[in-house]
Amino acid sequence: MSLRIVVTVKYVPDATGDRHFADDLTVDRDGVDGLLSELDEYAVEQALRIAEAADAAEVTVLTIGPEDAKDALRKALSMGADKAVHVEDEELHGTDAIGTSLVLAKAIEKAGYDLVISGMASTDGAMGVVPALLAERLGVPQATLLSEVSVEDGTVKGRRDGDAASERLQARLPAVVSVTDQSGEARYPSFKGIMAAKKKPVESWDLADLEIDTEEVGLGGASTTVEAAAERPARAAGTIVRDEGEGGKQLAEFLASQKFI
Amino acid sequence: MAEVLVYVDHVDGAVRKPTLELLTLARRIGEPVAVALGGGAADTAATLAEHGTVKVLTHDAAEYAEYLVVPKVDALQVAYERVSPAAVLVPSSAEGKEIAARLALRIGSGIITDAIDLEAGDEGPVATQSVFAASFVTKSRVSKGTPVITVKPNSAAVEAAPAAGTVEALAVSFSEKATGTKITGRTARESTGRPELTEAAIVLSGGRGVGGAENFALIETLADSLGAAVGASRAAVDAGWYPHTNQVGQTGKSVSPQLYIASGISGAIQHRAGMQTSKTIVAINKDAEAPIFDLVDYGVVGDLFEVVPQLTEEIKARKG
Ligand SMILES: Cc1cc2nc3c(=O)[nH]c(=O)nc-3n(C[C@H](O)[C@H](O)[C@H](O)COP(=O)(O)OP(=O)(O)OC[C@H]3O[C@@H](n4cnc5c(N)ncnc54)[C@H](O)[C@@H]3O)c2cc1C
Repeated sequence: MSLRIVVTVKYVPDATGDRHFADDLTVDRDGVDGLLSELDEYAVEQALRIAEAADAAEVTVLTIGPEDAKDALRKALSMGADKAVHVEDEELHGTDAIGTSLVLAKAIEKAGYDLVISGMASTDGAMGVVPALLAERLGVPQATLLSEVSVEDGTVKGRRDGDAASERLQARLPAVVSVTDQSGEARYPSFKGIMAAKKKPVESWDLADLEIDTEEVGLGGASTTVEAAAERPARAAGTIVRDEGEGGKQLAEFLASQKFI
Repeated sequence: MAEVLVYVDHVDGAVRKPTLELLTLARRIGEPVAVALGGGAADTAATLAEHGTVKVLTHDAAEYAEYLVVPKVDALQVAYERVSPAAVLVPSSAEGKEIAARLALRIGSGIITDAIDLEAGDEGPVATQSVFAASFVTKSRVSKGTPVITVKPNSAAVEAAPAAGTVEALAVSFSEKATGTKITGRTARESTGRPELTEAAIVLSGGRGVGGAENFALIETLADSLGAAVGASRAAVDAGWYPHTNQVGQTGKSVSPQLYIASGISGAIQHRAGMQTSKTIVAINKDAEAPIFDLVDYGVVGDLFEVVPQLTEEIKARKG
């Protein structure tokens, strides 16, 4: 039987752009160009490698987001994923991590899966909790933050580099995996890949398709409230000296004045 | 007074500093009740008591070391049901965030991660977070269920506040899901003798400008003269000059020390994301236009191979 891999990806504002909050304190997605989160490229890459090593496999990329989020799906399809699912619904605006995990879990179940692969975190919200939430919701093992991953005989194996130790993990499929930026450089879409992507199927689902109550998502369904957001005050301009032979000593003088020495 | 559940991060009974910082924050909201799991759990009690813990709930079982995350979630949930706390606080490590998130889902709560401060509020604790590569500061609240909040290291001072710290055993029976992901091997990270990167008061990082693995000795020698931890930019890590566990930035560690010294680092947004909340920032870079200089309290435009050794010498001379 074919190995069904679902990759969750996010369309995020470019981190090198000038990111802001909108008036309702959600992330302003209009002011800055969007793209496929770089950290999700690693997830697509590992999905493709696992698929290539399997007898038969199918890679579906899944995203939640406004119309533009299709760009993220196209990129993943041009890298080599087989098909895509776009969950789009006006009611989703302002959905938090808990709500996002609900929508993703329902969509993953509807798509059918043996293995879910996510990036280690989004580059905008950066909470890094969605993979664990997906495992909890789907009721399957979580093998997260892997810097090395492989699938063999219905078992996923990998290496998780923690603070105190590097661990070898092993779980039976179906399972949820997340991969780090140490897992392997993501491939660039080839010209052929870009052309082929145009013909690959992209399904659109809304909340009704997923049988999700609108009250469970969006700003209204969010279980956290942002009460205020303020730009961090610019740091006061510091002292900058040019080293003309005494730079190290001058720096020592500064550190001593600040009581670090 | 309401009780606040605090998840304890410890190594064989030695409580890690971020947990003690959590206790400082927890005491602003209520009486800290700690949950310590795994080998040495009961040994945490004395330290926890010194820092304001009224009760320490402990449980040890092989599962905590043999399976990933879920056994700890099961235990924390048992503790939650026993205590009915006003909030649940967990240290913001990778594992801490996963434990907290799964607990929040199980108990129907909202979750806030990576708080850098916490205050009591009329409608529950208000968490301060630093977002978009630390360019914004937000204040948020959990609006549904019991607030579950993870807090970053160095977010509060450790304070002595003697309390009873009574040890009570927790009775945990694991769910079927607890044994889903087996840990089949573990290689402990070699100790460098330097402070933990995320906990250190002073962090010294080297980047591409350091120019090679062997040259990191320069940074390490300076670090040792200051009792500092050593970090690296992704460029230095990707080049294989320094271990990934020491990477500072968006996909590495986020640090918030009293003093951060960047040598040969340009200051890309992804690097800033992990160090911008440091109290005092110093940079040594030969390019006066490097963006890192926008952040500094003190910057030296110069060759790090000249400046760093001279600084090290000067510190040694001053310390006598
Ligand atoms: C998704 C994603 C995640 C990322 N995550 C991280 C992360 O977690 N951490 C991180 O650091 N980066 C991260 N990056 C990479 C980041 O964008 C930069 O590429 C990286 O930080 C650059 O490292 P650097 O400053 O050491 O190197 P460079 O940008 O090459 O800068 C080197 C600096 O050294 C100076 N220099 C050279 N020689 C000397 C000398 N002899 N004396 C003094 N100065 C000298 C140069 O003037 C220059 O400013 C990430 C990127 C992406 C896309």
